[in-house]
Amino acid sequence: MSAQARDTILGRIRTNLKKGPGLTGPPPAVRIAPPRVAPEAYVASFKERLEALAGRVHHVAQPEEALAIVQGIIGDKSTVASNAPILARCGITRLGNVQSGFTDAASLKEASAQAEYGITSADFALAETGTLVMLSSHEEARMASLVPVRHIAVVETARLLSGLDELLGRLERPNDQTASMVLITGPSRSADIEQILVRGVHGPGEVTVIFVGP
Amino acid sequence: MPASPPPKIQETLGKPQLQLAVYTNTGRLVEARRNAVRAEAFPDYQELRDHANAVKRHTIENLDYYLEQFEQNVTRRGGHVVFAETGEQVSHFILDLAKKRGSRLIVKSKSMASEEIHLNHHLEEHGLESVETDLGEYILQLNHETPYHIVAPAMHMTRYDVAEIFERELQEKETDPEQQARIARRVLREKFLRADIGISGGNFLVADSGAVLIVENEGNARLSTSVPRIHIAIVGIEKLIPRAQDLAVFLKLLGRSATGQALTSYTSLLNGPRRPGEVDGPEEFYVILLDNGRTRVLESEEKRQALYCIRCGACLNICPVFRKIGGHSYPWVYSGPIGAILTPQIHGVERDPWLPYASSLCGACHEVCPVKIDIPKVLLDLRQDVAQSPSGGGSQALGYRLFARLMSSPMLYRLVDRLRILARPVMGGGWVKSLPAFLNRGPLQGWLAYRDLPGLAPKSFRQQWRARQGGSR
Ligand code: SF4
Repeated sequence: MSAQARDTILGRIRTNLKKGPGLTGPPPAVRIAPPRVAPEAYVASFKERLEALAGRVHHVAQPEEALAIVQGIIGDKSTVASNAPILARCGITRLGNVQSGFTDAASLKEASAQAEYGITSADFALAETGTLVMLSSHEEARMASLVPVRHIAVVETARLLSGLDELLGRLERPNDQTASMVLITGPSRSADIEQILVRGVHGPGEVTVIFVGP
Repeated sequence: MPASPPPKIQETLGKPQLQLAVYTNTGRLVEARRNAVRAEAFPDYQELRDHANAVKRHTIENLDYYLEQFEQNVTRRGGHVVFAETGEQVSHFILDLAKKRGSRLIVKSKSMASEEIHLNHHLEEHGLESVETDLGEYILQLNHETPYHIVAPAMHMTRYDVAEIFERELQEKETDPEQQARIARRVLREKFLRADIGISGGNFLVADSGAVLIVENEGNARLSTSVPRIHIAIVGIEKLIPRAQDLAVFLKLLGRSATGQALTSYTSLLNGPRRPGEVDGPEEFYVILLDNGRTRVLESEEKRQALYCIRCGACLNICPVFRKIGGHSYPWVYSGPIGAILTPQIHGVERDPWLPYASSLCGACHEVCPVKIDIPKVLLDLRQDVAQSPSGGGSQALGYRLFARLMSSPMLYRLVDRLRILARPVMGGGWVKSLPAFLNRGPLQGWLAYRDLPGLAPKSFRQQWRARQGGSR
């Protein structure tokens, strides 16, 4: 069925466009804008943008400080953590109420569904918009930042970029590396009922980002 | 003037509460957009619109090429591309797959393409449970309604409407939107965790990556595409852009034009099933490329720009007609100005000949469109098509011919001017709201069904003119 539909559709397109296979001309040149935030202002800009969306941002020099903040937030609540090395380096994965080391989707799903907190890192962070960039891999699972009630990301400060343009300038085709790139900009929200803002509709209702390092 | 717009229009105009809800909600979105595209906030906005228009033009002019490129890049990563000419082909494919995999429960995130083809209805007819998970869409599904607006599907409802629906369908009494959202989260979470198939739409198809891009705020699209074992995206063939790097332009325009957001809460770029080493994600990945009349739109070189649309909804929010008659008065799932130029091209102008006329041609839609579709121009072209269509325009064309003849002949004009005295009893003074039965037929009937006609002036133009000239001639 599909093969036949394919030929019909492509055929109709060529007939109606009065063209054969191939391009009629080159596409317009790609337009990547120059950075709008200077590197020394990355953290401040990220913080301002994410806080405007009701997210929280911390900046610490040492891994132990990140651990202390995480402990302060999660207390003894059930938590899942991704396999990002920075989480182990900070000592987060050794906490008693933190489950990590998941290598299969079924057990991760079960644990995340019960968890109050999901802790991940991020591959990049975007200063212009307060965005976390998550590339799915053996280190970062999709569900850890999605299924639990709240999300905490512990990210090396050096992962900050100016914005979307710089990200796409560096990763010309993000899917060369991953099946899934997700940009997270603030908590889950909806305004479907009377345009009244509600957070945490399906994804996490709280997002906290901790930058580690100078 | 072609008659017979749907009775829904009258019904909407008669409901002050509905009018207020739609007016307020579109007003908020207009405000949010305006703030986000201010020159201080978005300095290169106008240049990006031009650029986006050029990229879309190029893509649509080479649609076959980019579809094939997209297909190759999905297949290369172990995903599957399915071409579908019609809605039946889509449901057939999904039913078949569900049967082979033994799946019964489907979670769905927002997809206008699936609304076009009444997918849920077909799936449910065959015993599958297909649950809408976007909060607005979920409410609509419970109430058996179609989306009112492409971005804010339940825009016409108040919290009290939602409370009634929840009480009836879920036995939950609650009027607070925050608590209503909690209820939906709880009910739907359980579905997400059990479903084997997740269906999504797609805002863009990225040809050089073989990827589907989805923007959303709630996280239900992420859940639909991450948790179930199978992900199926249903997307119209016109949603292509050539390169992932083009997203630098399109994402900036889409979020700001739709809701005033620089980026929505979540933007997912998905290509193929989970790769070796990745912990989670679907094991099977399908993209259904839906034609459903789109290739027809390519026929006209001037009007095919309707396919550049990125479904931001800005033209609906700003449109004085949409804001009055609302989203359910339009004949198809796409309402507002974009619906008025897309629907007649897909269904043929004869089906709803009134539609291209449901516009004051004020031009606001063109002004806000992030991809600069010249909607008023396309509407005018469509009116011409209506006038030339066999059923549409006979009497209209004749009317204009008579009018032209009359206006270009001083003698005829004087004659008709004298005859006006005969029309006084029916049309004199004030506003004419109805005509005597013998006149109230044909085109005149259509005219007065939705407008009042100014009555005849006490003195004709010629009489007034002579008086003004003080008899100097
Ligand atoms: S026609 Fe333009 S303004 Fe209207 S929904 Fe499409 S992209 Fe937005």
